[in-house]
Amino acid sequence: MAVSNSTEESSWTLRLRQGIDRHLPMDHLLPDRQPYYVGSWVYVFGVVTIAALVWVIVSGVVLSFMGPQWWHDSGVGRFFNSLHFWSVQLFFIFMVLHLWGQYFMAGWRHGRAATWMIGVVIFGISILTAFTGYLSQQNFDAQFIAINAKDAMNGAGIGAFFNVLNFGQMYGLHVMLLPIGITILVVAHIVMVRTRGVVKPIDAEGGARS
Amino acid sequence: MKSMGATQEEYYRGVRMVPYDLVKELVWAMVGVGVIAVLAAAVFSSPDVPPVTIATWAQQDPVDLVTTATNELAGSTTSAGYGHPYNSVGPGQSWGPIAPQSWFGVRIPIDSANAFVIQPLQKASVGNSDLTSALDTWQKASSDQQTKWLDAYTKALPDAKVSDGKVTVASGDYGPLPAMMSNLLAVAQAGGVDGLLATNGRFYQTDYTQPLLFMGDGGYLAGLAADAHLTGSQWGMMNETGLYPGQTWLWLYTMWYQVFPFNSTTGILGLNAGNADLGIIILMTVLTGALALVPFIPILRDIPRWIPIHRLIWRQYYGPHKARVQT
Repeated sequence: MAVSNSTEESSWTLRLRQGIDRHLPMDHLLPDRQPYYVGSWVYVFGVVTIAALVWVIVSGVVLSFMGPQWWHDSGVGRFFNSLHFWSVQLFFIFMVLHLWGQYFMAGWRHGRAATWMIGVVIFGISILTAFTGYLSQQNFDAQFIAINAKDAMNGAGIGAFFNVLNFGQMYGLHVMLLPIGITILVVAHIVMVRTRGVVKPIDAEGGARS
Repeated sequence: MKSMGATQEEYYRGVRMVPYDLVKELVWAMVGVGVIAVLAAAVFSSPDVPPVTIATWAQQDPVDLVTTATNELAGSTTSAGYGHPYNSVGPGQSWGPIAPQSWFGVRIPIDSANAFVIQPLQKASVGNSDLTSALDTWQKASSDQQTKWLDAYTKALPDAKVSDGKVTVASGDYGPLPAMMSNLLAVAQAGGVDGLLATNGRFYQTDYTQPLLFMGDGGYLAGLAADAHLTGSQWGMMNETGLYPGQTWLWLYTMWYQVFPFNSTTGILGLNAGNADLGIIILMTVLTGALALVPFIPILRDIPRWIPIHRLIWRQYYGPHKARVQT
């Protein structure tokens, strides 16, 4: 069946599925076994960072659905804003602990440099997302942060396109584009971690180099 | 450099594997983090100090508002002499040939005197013959005459008296300025300037560039910010009103503003307080790039091997009872 084989070889769908099966089979994506040395609490910082991000997104979806004025005038709204606020604080605490943990484990070894680099990009975009969130609060903090921050943005030439005094632009970035970016990169980060598995202890395979 | 091999199975060959429940771990993480966040939200709430309006400013500190408006006409406020992206008056920040502030031109044009003073007064002058006459006198006067009035009025304002919300200064030759400013103050106190600057000729709008720049030119909002420890020299970018943690993740960025050369008027190598924003953005970009490239930077990538924190993290591996091989 030469015709059939040729068709299969040229099928992008089939090749994509085979590639996924080869590089990320389900037992890697949802593993039920891990190396015996994966026992430290340091490993928890990654999963609690994801958990905090989920709470950030859930509370943020509620806030954005109800509109930016809601939480200033409603007790329930204020609670959801507070939930969003503290979820963000926890997200950053866990993410920084995860980052330091991975640094001292030299988690980029054995072909994992891209995973580390994407993690740093997620950290940077998260800071930008939180910053636009503070600018979108519609309160005194937002006012003064905007007035203060415009000089840094303008001095670096960024302010010509990223106007921190423009609430609409900051709000749109905060609730839409930046969260989408974080979510895509976090999914990519997790897939890369699950594809390669956790790194071995430092002297198990030589030095700390990548 | 060791590669991980073609598959996980090859990478972990010979390593003892133990049972692990990823889904249970994730669910418990969701529950645990959720409980902490809900409790923190319920107990500590979140900061929400109401925004300052131009009306509040005009009511609480009328002399500051009139002084700021006068300075807008004189072209001596921050926004009037800012440079790009608002106007071409100031040179903007640069470091040698690196001058990104001037690279993109006037992208958000603001004429402070017209936008914050003259245009609001023109709108408020409908049916107000005294104000119409004052504006006419102002606009027909020569530039030299306007400057003389502004100089005299600016010198008189520090000794201004406030009575019933109105600002009065000692007698002098100020031309139409007292009439213009008393009208602007009255409109501002009633909330009219907030509306005029915010709507800016539109019905739907979400851009607060003009009212924020005007308030930023005054001393009232800056004074409130200093009281709340929010200014740049007070680690302000990572602070927040009340006893809340704020953007603590900006600590490194904020720190540079507190140290040499970015807190110095003279500085070093052309970096000083005058171009601190540009210098610090460049520095943080370099540092962030270095963090991303740690896997490839000697010394930085070797520190984890030298500092034995990893021996605590992988106690099972480095401990006396090693059971590394799959049984």
